[in-house]
Amino acid sequence: MWAYFEKYHYKLTEALSEHLAIVGLTLVISVALASALTLAIMRSPGLSAIVIRLFGSIYAIPSLALFAILIPFTGIGMKTAVLVLVLYNQFLLIRNFIAGLDSVDPQIVEAAAGMGMPPLRILFRIKLPLAFPVILAGIHLAVISTIGIATIAAAIGAGGIGTILFDGMRTRNPVKLVWGTILAGGLAIIANLALIGIEKLAARRFHYDGNAPGKP
Amino acid sequence: MIAISFDGVVKRFPGAARNAVDRVSLEIEEGELITVLGASGSGKTTLLKMVNRLFEPNEGTICLFGENIMDKDPVKLRRGIGYVIQQIGLFPHMTVRENIATIPRILKWDRARIGVRVDELLSLVNLDPDEFRERYPAQLSGGQQQRVGLARALAADPAVMLMDEPFGAIDAINRSNLQDELLAIHGKHKRTYLFVTHDVAEAFKLGNRVLVMDGGRVKQFDTPQRIVDDPADDFVRELLASSGGRHGQSARVGN
Ligand SMILES: Nc1ncnc2c1ncn2[C@@H]1O[C@H](COP(=O)(O)OP(=O)(O)OP(=O)(O)O)[C@@H](O)[C@H]1O
Ligand SMILES: [Mg+2]
Repeated sequence: MWAYFEKYHYKLTEALSEHLAIVGLTLVISVALASALTLAIMRSPGLSAIVIRLFGSIYAIPSLALFAILIPFTGIGMKTAVLVLVLYNQFLLIRNFIAGLDSVDPQIVEAAAGMGMPPLRILFRIKLPLAFPVILAGIHLAVISTIGIATIAAAIGAGGIGTILFDGMRTRNPVKLVWGTILAGGLAIIANLALIGIEKLAARRFHYDGNAPGKP
Repeated sequence: MIAISFDGVVKRFPGAARNAVDRVSLEIEEGELITVLGASGSGKTTLLKMVNRLFEPNEGTICLFGENIMDKDPVKLRRGIGYVIQQIGLFPHMTVRENIATIPRILKWDRARIGVRVDELLSLVNLDPDEFRERYPAQLSGGQQQRVGLARALAADPAVMLMDEPFGAIDAINRSNLQDELLAIHGKHKRTYLFVTHDVAEAFKLGNRVLVMDGGRVKQFDTPQRIVDDPADDFVRELLASSGGRHGQSARVGN
């Protein structure tokens, strides 16, 4: 174990940093795209349902199959990997973004509109803060899902922790497999814990239950 | 000066069998406190929401101080109209101070002026500013929340106040106190109030005139005394009877 680490730690760190790059890039693009799409469709419940169902069907396609379908168009490598991961995330993100906005009490929104708040201010000052816990839950799901599916992206030459796992399987090298699992699992667990922490902080900042202290 | 006028106003919701508000024409003088009384579904809320354009009439015109409200930008129009609802609609993620400061902030008042105004309004609705300023809505009782709702609506001193059953969910004692406070606030500033209720005693206690509605139509629009003395029809007579004569003791006589 340690012998491998001492000899090949540069390989492990390289795989980890590639993985983090794929995940980071995917998340930035995913959240930006999902936000834009949500803004475009949120006024129409019918359109929202159609868009969510569309991304739901894409989400149902096994990742290896989706990677394979796209290779003729976008080739192998990181670009295709990020594209697939962004597509998957749209379902998790848009579904939660819309659900979050819908969960805001319409009486509160009406009170805001009735007193003369402009629509954009209602969105940013009222709806988004109140929808934030649900929005954050969607981002949480997307982060964990991206970290996991990104390991499979190594199959199309995108790099990342998956390369170590696939290498390990091909060469029947248990040490590699263990290191790959530790990295992939560890990353997912750390990300999960960090997100739970952020969610707790957010819950305290946006507490609506009256139990938390007076001022955040 | 006529503060609010309705002229042949009709509101029909898509797919509805009848008009929610049916050919309503009336005039309200500046400084009046009008109560709108009627059974559930009689069109009270619909009538109110047309004044701040949360609903738009299918026919007829509504004017505020002589100006057709359809000629104005709805967002700007609403800043001159206070709006209080039964469900209160306080913003749960903002403190009492932030809730009350909502419109003054949009109007870009400076911080000091907003601070003074918030405290002044809290005192006006009988809440100790030091105790309540930094609380969140969830940390208030129902009656306190409604007081904050009232303070928020009064913040920019609107010429017109619309109140839709604001005390509907509040216990009898608190409710009676709030009614007295509302009368005092109205008496002090002489703004024009339109107050919806389905409680006969409340309507007669608060209103200098009472607008009785049924099925979207105005049944009678007169002072409490004249409605008691001369009910327009059997519907109004039954409405008075149903309240067990309580309106008699509390009616404000005349103007
Ligand atoms: N948004 C809406 N869409 C369709 N119909 C509506 C809508 N709002 C109200 N109505 C209908 O219009 C009529 C009048 O409703 P309104 O809410 O004005 O009554 P109300 O007098 O305020 O009753 P309540 O005392 O129960 O609040 C009712 O028949 C109601 O079903
Ligand atoms: Mg109503």
